Amino acid sequence: MNKRLSWFNVTSLSLGFAFLYLPMLILIFYSFNASKLVTVWAGFSTKWYVALMHDQPFLDAAWVTLKIAVSSSTLATVLGTMAAITLVRMGRFPGRTLFSGMIYAPLVMPDVITGLSLLLLFIAIGLDRGIFTIMLAHTTFSMCYVSVVVSSRLLTFDRSLEEASMDLGASAFTTFRLVTLPIILPAVVSGWLLAFTLSLDDLVIASFTTGPSSTTLPIKIFSAVRLGVSPEINALSTLMITVVAVGVVSASLISKRAIIKQRREEQEGERV
Amino acid sequence: MAQVKPQIVFDPWNDPKAKPLIQCRSITKRFGDFTAIDTIDLNIYEKEFFALLGPSGCGKTTLMRMLAGFETPTEGKITIDGQDVAQVPPNKRAVNMMFQSYALFPHLSVWENIAFGLKREHAPKERIEERVAEMLRLTRLEKFARRKPHQISGGQRQRVALARSLAKAPKLLLLDEPLGALDKKLRQDTQFELMDIQERTGTTFVIVTHDQEEAMTVASRVAVMNAGEIMQIATPADIYEQPNSVYVADFIGDVNIIEGNASPVSGGPEGAISIAYGEGQDPVQAIATSPVTEGAKVFYAIRPEKITVSHQPDPDRANHAFGKIIDIAYLGNISTYRVQLANGQLISATMTNARRLERRAFTWEDEVWLSWTRTAGVVLTK
Repeated sequence: MNKRLSWFNVTSLSLGFAFLYLPMLILIFYSFNASKLVTVWAGFSTKWYVALMHDQPFLDAAWVTLKIAVSSSTLATVLGTMAAITLVRMGRFPGRTLFSGMIYAPLVMPDVITGLSLLLLFIAIGLDRGIFTIMLAHTTFSMCYVSVVVSSRLLTFDRSLEEASMDLGASAFTTFRLVTLPIILPAVVSGWLLAFTLSLDDLVIASFTTGPSSTTLPIKIFSAVRLGVSPEINALSTLMITVVAVGVVSASLISKRAIIKQRREEQEGERV
Repeated sequence: MAQVKPQIVFDPWNDPKAKPLIQCRSITKRFGDFTAIDTIDLNIYEKEFFALLGPSGCGKTTLMRMLAGFETPTEGKITIDGQDVAQVPPNKRAVNMMFQSYALFPHLSVWENIAFGLKREHAPKERIEERVAEMLRLTRLEKFARRKPHQISGGQRQRVALARSLAKAPKLLLLDEPLGALDKKLRQDTQFELMDIQERTGTTFVIVTHDQEEAMTVASRVAVMNAGEIMQIATPADIYEQPNSVYVADFIGDVNIIEGNASPVSGGPEGAISIAYGEGQDPVQAIATSPVTEGAKVFYAIRPEKITVSHQPDPDRANHAFGKIIDIAYLGNISTYRVQLANGQLISATMTNARRLERRAFTWEDEVWLSWTRTAGVVLTK
């Protein structure tokens, strides 16, 4: 690894990272600004964080967002895992290609389309829009992410483990509970975290499917910014960046560690 | 126990009154257009150590998976202990299987792996403890009970897999290439261990293997399979000494096949024939077990160790052939000589190296006589 970075590499790397992270760094920086004016630095302060803690509408929005994120990511994990198992395990059944294509389509579907179509559906079936409809909408688009993560783990799963469990007298459900699930658990957890962060920061789909009493944090921030950026919003955004970053990083760490552990066990198995 | 008293022969397959534990009646299995198993009939008796032997892709694993319940036969009927098992799923069969990959649960300890099956039948806690301890003792794994599968060696893992599949005391234990992942020395030790455990537990074992030595060592009977069919079912000795086809003779051990035309010999012992196999070669004197017609094409199969190599033809033996040594394979205890006869036919003959190497009587390019008795080989028609 003694390859030195050329000036070209250094420049492109810093430009790329600046492009990605400079706006966020500025936001985080000004969230600690003592001045009420967003772009004028007047010394370090955490008063906007304190003010945020006493801003009831924001706290309500945060609570709504959290409720939606937890419930939708849990539901998405259950459905996504089931879909992954069906796709990987059931072999060839009629309509398998269509089914798998349809599972993955929302990954590339524009949010506006997803949001609009869900809105039309909810109106058509006369469902009152609110927390519940946002939760359903988030489940819809995040379950495909879960199923991608889980099915990639299932592909490397040794089927004879399940057969051994059946052979020893376990029913299909017991086998899933005692053998399959514990082994694929890291993938399921990282799928859940992914779904959780996706739900947390979604604005487009949520604004299509939201109702009067169910303002989520991204919607709240978006509407507040139209009246002018306040340092309080900077503070709130910094907190959200932290939560999302922790979620995404731990999701990828969990799945990476599981892979490393599996490899190490295989290698140890060969050695001893 | 028939096995522990050698004076009582264990051969329920020769007893017309014995009821087989497993009966396969005209079993056929097709995957799409491919026929994996083609109309197989098979009886396996209680306490047998039965080997399914064949090259990869011959259908032996498919047959075993049908016994375990992971595949259902396309046609035919399998009964285990008199019960038709067509509708019985694997978790409801009194059959356990030891997987080729061992399939140990990586997230469970050795103890929990062995206890898995017992817990599924909701056995009382003391009974589980007792049975697992017994299995750990049987497979000498007491010290490793708390370890995870990745913390023990390959040989130990193999024993955990065996202990786990024996824990429920199944009527029938299926072993899918159980020793494939072990090195040769460990494999040989484990073979004897398997036989020992099989005798002590009195379980019926069915082993799938492509290793003919393994099948010969452990099995009471061997079924040699090829392309979805059973070629022969017999004891290891009969498979070796009395193969019923060129395929079986060739698959088990080394063999010389001499192709020729038979003609009955009058005045000799019953079934005596002579086989003409080449210009200027003395015909082979042999005994046919089934009548052959004059001039019928036959294959004469003779094992290398049944042929002696000498400077002069052995007058006590009925068959002689003259040739030149073109190759010698020295294996320490034995040497195999490849001798080319005048008609170009190659014959292998194995001699024990009773004397030291430097005193060896023959070397490359020597002209020698091969001799063997009338009953040394078998006459095959297919």
